[in-house]
Amino acid sequence: MRVTLTVNGRRHQADDVWEGESLLYVLRERLGLPGSKNACEQGECGSCTVRLDDVPVCSCLVAAGQAQDRDVVTVEGLADPGTGLAPVQQAFLDAGAVQCGFCTPGLLVATDDLLRHCPQPTDADIREALSGNLCRCTGYEKILDAVRLAAARSGETAGER
Amino acid sequence: MREFAYQRAGDVAGAVAAFAAAPGARYLGGGTNLVDLMKSGVESPERLIDVRGLGLDAVEEDADGGLRIGATVTNSDLAAHPGVRRRYPALAQAVLAGASGQLRNAATVGGNLLQRVRCGYFTDVTLPCNRRVPGSGCPAVDGEHHNHAVLGWSEHCVAVHPSDLGVALAAFDAVVSYETGAGPGELAYAALYPPVGDTPHRETSLPPGALITAVSLPAAPVAARSRYRKVRERASYAFATASVAAALEVRDGVVHDVRLAFGAVASRPWRAHAAERALTGAPATARAFGAAADAELAAARPLPHNGYKVPLLRNLMVSVLTELAEEAAR
Repeated sequence: MRVTLTVNGRRHQADDVWEGESLLYVLRERLGLPGSKNACEQGECGSCTVRLDDVPVCSCLVAAGQAQDRDVVTVEGLADPGTGLAPVQQAFLDAGAVQCGFCTPGLLVATDDLLRHCPQPTDADIREALSGNLCRCTGYEKILDAVRLAAARSGETAGER
Repeated sequence: MREFAYQRAGDVAGAVAAFAAAPGARYLGGGTNLVDLMKSGVESPERLIDVRGLGLDAVEEDADGGLRIGATVTNSDLAAHPGVRRRYPALAQAVLAGASGQLRNAATVGGNLLQRVRCGYFTDVTLPCNRRVPGSGCPAVDGEHHNHAVLGWSEHCVAVHPSDLGVALAAFDAVVSYETGAGPGELAYAALYPPVGDTPHRETSLPPGALITAVSLPAAPVAARSRYRKVRERASYAFATASVAAALEVRDGVVHDVRLAFGAVASRPWRAHAAERALTGAPATARAFGAAADAELAAARPLPHNGYKVPLLRNLMVSVLTELAEEAAR
């Protein structure tokens, strides 16, 4: 089947897609966007998190046909190429929240969504919002630091306006 | 994963007709359970009929105080709906206690009702399971069952229903609306899941091919003061080891109206009728709450490795009702 969808603002078309492919597979293997990671393949780990019609989902559990005509934002779409890394990406780097990096794209999409809806989250907010993203390296403390840092920086920016 | 066809239905009648024409079909909502089970081979439908585009994605507030929830409303939208939060706070709390944000954003109400059990023997196709392969046996009875049923089970299946949402629906007398080729129908949520008996593979009482279109909640003023509490092995994103949905109205220190349902203790969300009967007209005290819990749990038959659930459930129920009573007294 043919699947047509918008990814990071651009219209894409994939042909000869097998019904059993996931949105994650289409993104990685057909559209050349390998940022979203394929880890558990069962919606447990959040490594494949993308925004689908503006809400984060596990793209490994979205059948390819379900993505037809929908709007997807992947980790590749977080940064504006003109201005460099997105603030959440910079905060993850600065806080040392990246070790092996496999969970990072999903965490970035989830964190970006949290801060859109809740610019100054409590630690409880952060823990709940990221509970669908597993990391086997960091122990999460640096990830929490990164989210707090991103929130603090966006608060400073807002204060300067 | 086996070969299958995918189609989007344009309207409810079209979806039902497509299902009738394809005996091995499944309706597809968010896919968070079905697509997962297709990967592991537990489900192998010949056709998926995607029903997300049928316009069943609204929550409507009845003038009399009830709610009608469309079958494809996502869990996230349901939990965020102001009418749900105001009229049935336990319902919103239950939804938010389930899964992760990513899954709640995709999962639908209809799919939540029809999700399959999370028993490890059910999800492993190399092992026997009466629910998956009738007559093959239930290894959980003598096996890994610390999180399985203490109420209403049979030796043919001891798995628990995994839904949090369903526990609140059970407490508030929800009604399931569906469509079939022969026309629409309704079924009390309490009757949606038949007793396990010797037919655990018969998971719902819906007619063959029925498409759930909505879940309705009748007006219940008591539900405005309600709570869902879930105990699990970590603070978030885990299935319950036990949960309670409770609503309480106290007048002059006496229980005037009470609703109670338990989760993760039976093959269906467990409405605690015996506890409700024991409490109605009783003093709103911890002692009476405990006696009511004992009345309900007298029927409990724990397995060798899940006896902890009985006192856990008792304490959970007493604690939630005590909190609700204290808040009512303020």
